[in-house]
Amino acid sequence: MTYVVVDPVTRIEGHLRIEAEVDGGVIKDAWSSCTMFRGIELILKGRDPRDAWAFTQRICGVCTTVHAIASIRAVEAAVGASPPPNARLLRNLIIAAQCVQDHVIHFYHLHALDWVDIVSALSADPAKTSSLAQSISDWPLSSAKYFTGIRDRVKGFVEHGQLGPFANAYWGHPAYKLPPEANLMAVAHYLEALDWQREFIKIHAVLGGKNPHLQGFLVGGMATPVDPDKQASINAGSLAELRRLIAKGRDFVTKVYIPDLLAVASFYKDWAGHGKGVGNYLVYGEYPEDDTATSSLFLPSGVIRHRDLSKVEPFDPAKITEQVKHSWYEYEAGDGEALHPFKGETRPAYTGPEPPYERLQTGAKYSWLKSPRYDGEPMEVGPLSRMLVAYVSGHKRVKEVVDLVLERLAVGPEALFSTLGRVAARGVETLVLAERMDAWLDALSENVAAHDLRIHDNSKWDPASWPADATGAGFHEAPRGALGHWVHIKDGAIANYQCVVPSTWNAGPRDAAEKRGPYEEALLGTPVADAGKPLEILRTVHSFDPCMACGVHVVDTKRRELATVRVS
Amino acid sequence: MSESEGWFLQELETRGVSRRQFMGFCTAMAGLLGLPRTAAAGIAAEIEKTGKPVLIWLEFQDCCGNTESFLRASRPTAAEIVLDTLSVDYHETIMAAAGEQAEENLTRTVRERPGKYLVVVEGSIPTGAGGAYCTIGGRSALQIAREVCGQAAATIAMGTCATFGGLPAAAPNPTGALGVADAVPGVKNLINLSACPANVENLTALIVYFLTFKHWPPLDAWRRPLFAYGKSIHDNCERRAHFDAGQYTEAWGDEGHRTGYCLYKMGCKGPVTFQNCPNVRWNGGTSWPIGCGHPCIGCAEPDFWDKMTPFYQHLPGAPGFGVASSVDRVGLWATVGVGAAFAAHGFLSLAQRYRHSEHHPAAREKAEEAQRRAEEEARKTLDSGPKGGES
Repeated sequence: MTYVVVDPVTRIEGHLRIEAEVDGGVIKDAWSSCTMFRGIELILKGRDPRDAWAFTQRICGVCTTVHAIASIRAVEAAVGASPPPNARLLRNLIIAAQCVQDHVIHFYHLHALDWVDIVSALSADPAKTSSLAQSISDWPLSSAKYFTGIRDRVKGFVEHGQLGPFANAYWGHPAYKLPPEANLMAVAHYLEALDWQREFIKIHAVLGGKNPHLQGFLVGGMATPVDPDKQASINAGSLAELRRLIAKGRDFVTKVYIPDLLAVASFYKDWAGHGKGVGNYLVYGEYPEDDTATSSLFLPSGVIRHRDLSKVEPFDPAKITEQVKHSWYEYEAGDGEALHPFKGETRPAYTGPEPPYERLQTGAKYSWLKSPRYDGEPMEVGPLSRMLVAYVSGHKRVKEVVDLVLERLAVGPEALFSTLGRVAARGVETLVLAERMDAWLDALSENVAAHDLRIHDNSKWDPASWPADATGAGFHEAPRGALGHWVHIKDGAIANYQCVVPSTWNAGPRDAAEKRGPYEEALLGTPVADAGKPLEILRTVHSFDPCMACGVHVVDTKRRELATVRVS
Repeated sequence: MSESEGWFLQELETRGVSRRQFMGFCTAMAGLLGLPRTAAAGIAAEIEKTGKPVLIWLEFQDCCGNTESFLRASRPTAAEIVLDTLSVDYHETIMAAAGEQAEENLTRTVRERPGKYLVVVEGSIPTGAGGAYCTIGGRSALQIAREVCGQAAATIAMGTCATFGGLPAAAPNPTGALGVADAVPGVKNLINLSACPANVENLTALIVYFLTFKHWPPLDAWRRPLFAYGKSIHDNCERRAHFDAGQYTEAWGDEGHRTGYCLYKMGCKGPVTFQNCPNVRWNGGTSWPIGCGHPCIGCAEPDFWDKMTPFYQHLPGAPGFGVASSVDRVGLWATVGVGAAFAAHGFLSLAQRYRHSEHHPAAREKAEEAQRRAEEEARKTLDSGPKGGES
C-alpha cells in the first residue's frame, strides 16, 4: 500500500489537495481537501444587498461572472425586481461567453497537459503533423511550415534548459499515448487558444467594461445601456462587433477544439472506463428564454440518479442540505446535522494539523469545503450533468451532438459516466452554446430596433420599496455546474448570505454517513502506474475542472470569529 | 531577432529610449538577475544564451483574477511572456507539474537563485488559525511568502488583495488577512499594483520600466508606480465634460445614461480613485468599467470594500453624508478636500454596517469607533476644505 499526496493540484483555480491510498497500481481510497478559506459571507453581513454581486463576484476570477449572476438573481427574488428582456438577453450572452471561453481554456490550458506530452512533440515530423491536422479539420493554420515553426520555438525553449511552467512535469510517463505528431498539433493549438481566449472574451469587455470581473451588473437589470443612436450605448456598431466576435469564437470551437477533442479522445478510450463517480447528476438549468417567473430554459433543470438514463426527476431546491462532519466547521446542534442553506451556519473551527504538515487527519475533519447533499445523496454537477439531463429531456441539438460524439468514438452512452465522458460533455456544451449565442444577439437586436431600450427595473431600486424582511434564492449554471446563492435581507441590509458552489458539490469531503464526495468516489479504481508521478489522479480530478476559491460558507450570527491577529 | 527582442525594442521606441540607454539597462539587469556583464551586448541574445529573468508567481487567498488578467496580456501576449520573455518557474494555475514536483520547482529556484528572481504575489495572506486558512503543499501562505519574497530581487503585489488585503481583509476580516507589505515586513523592492484585478498592461509596463531604466519607478505613498496611479479616474474620464457641464445620469437606462452622462449621482468613485483605467482601458483597449455604463467602484484604493461602499451611494459633495446636494461643488472638493470627506464617508459606511450586527459586542464597539472617526474626519474636512467653494 502506498500513500500518495498531491498538493498543490495545479492547473486549477485555487488550492486543492488530494490524498490517496494506492495498492497494486490502483487507487483504493481517496480524500479531497480544499486548503483555503476567506469567509466572504461573513464579510457580506450588514451590507447593502445591491453591492453583494461585486463581493461574491470576487469569489472567483476564472468564472468571473457566475457569482455576480447568482447574487443579483437571489436579491431580485427577495425584493421582487423583474429585469426587462434586454437585461435577460445581455445576461444570456455574458453567461454563454463565459462558459464557452472557460471550457476552451480548460481543455487546452488546464487539462491538455494530462494527455499531451510536450517533450514528445519535439520529435514530431511537421509534414506528418500537417497531414494529420488537415485530415481532421479545414482550419487554415495547418501547413508543415507552421508546425515546423512551433516545433522550433518549443525546441529552443527546451534546449536552453529553462522550461519555465513546463519544467519537471510527468513527461515521458507511460500513460501518455499520443503519437508525436498529435502532441505537436496539440501544442500548436495550446498556443493558439491563448490568443483565441483573449480575443473572444472581448465580448465581456463590450458588455461589461472589462474581463476579468466585468462591471455591468445591477440588481434589477444591467448597467449597459442599449440605444441604436447613442455612442455610449450598445448600438448598431457594438452589435456588429459582438456578432463578429461570436462568429470568430465559434469558428475555433468548430474547427479546432471539437476536432482536437475527438482526435485526442480516440487515443484514450480506456478512460471511458475510469472516473465513474457518484452517478447522481444535479442541474438547476440555465438560459431563460422568456421573462416569466416560470421561464423555459434553453438547458433544462433536473436530477438523474444512479446513472438511470430512463428518467429525469424535477429539481426541488428544498432538498439541498450541507453537512460538516468532515469539514473544518461546527454546527450548533452537532456535526451530524444536515442544514438547508436558508438555515445554514458556518463557524470556522480548524482542527487539522498545524502547518507545515505532511498528512491530514482524514478520519476526522479534513477540508474547508462542506459536504452538500441533495435528498441526502452526493451529486455531481457540471457540463456532464447538464448534457445528460438535456439528453434525457430530449433537447434536440444536445442529443444530436452527443450521439455524433458517441458514434465517432464508437462507444455507447454508458461511456459518458467517466473521466472521458466529462471531457466530451464539456466539448458538446461548448459547441451547442457557441451556436446558440446568435439567437440571443438577434433577439437583442430586434428589441433595440423596435426601440425597447429598457435595461433595468427601476421600481425596486430604492430599498424603501422592499419588504422589511425578505428571502431569495438565485440559481445559475456556472461552467463548473449548479450554483446557488441564498440571501436574507432585513431592513435593507444583508442579514444572512450563503453560497453553495459547484466545486463544493464535486470536491466536498465525506458526509456524516461517510459517503464520499464526487472527486473521492471518481478516483476509486483509477490506475496509478507510478505513485511518484500520479498523472492519472490529475486526469480524473481535472476532468471536473476544479475551482476551489469557491470554498466559502454562511454566516453565523452568534459566534462570529473576529480575527485580530497582526504580524509584528 | 527573437520575438522577445522585438517587443522590447518596440516598447523602447514608443517610450523614446535610445539604443544606448537600452544597452545601459541590459547591464543593470545583468547585475540584478545574475547574468554575465556581457549581457549588455544585447539583451535578447543574452537571454537566449544564459537564461531569462526568472519569475515566481504565488497565489494565496486569491480568486485567480490577476492570473486571468495576465492571460489577457496583449503586448506582449501571455504566450510571448511565458515562452520568450520570462522563465515562469512557478505558477500554480498554468504550470504542468503538480504536487511534489511543483514544490520542487519553487524550492530549487529559491535555493539556487537567492536574490535573483522576481516574485508576483496574488491574493492576501491570512494570519488567523495559525496559518491554516491557506496552505499549499502543507505549508502556510505566510511561511511561503516570507521565505520566497524574503529572498527575491523584487516583489510585485498584484491586485488589491495582495497589496492591501483586499476582499478577505474587508470587515470583519474573518481570517486575519494581510497584504504583502504587512505580512512580510521589510520585504525588499516591493511594488504594489492595486486594482481588482490589476490591469496586466501595468504589470508589463512595470517590468519594461525596470528593464529600461535600471531602477524601479517612483512610487506613491502606497508603493504604487506613479506612471499608473498618479492621476484620478475622474481626471481622465471620458465623461468628465458632462460632469463639468452638470449633466448626470439620474436613473439606469435613462436618456442621460444612454448618452454617456456622468455617473457621479449613481455612486461613481472616480474622483477619489487613482489609476490609469480610462487611458489604458481593458482587453486590448476595448472598454473599461465606466465605458460600459457602470460607476467606478474604487477598486484600486486601500480598504475600498469598506470605504467605497455602499457602491451606489454617491460621494459626499460636501461634509454631511448621503445628502443629494452640492453636486456642482464636488469638482472642487475632489481636487482639494474630498479625500478627507471621503474617508469620513467610508467610516460612516462601516459604522452603518456594524450597527446591523447589534448582538455582537465587538461589532457594536467597532460601530461606535467608526462613527467617532467619521465625525472626526468630517470636522477635519470642514477645517481643511476649500474656502468659498460654492461657485
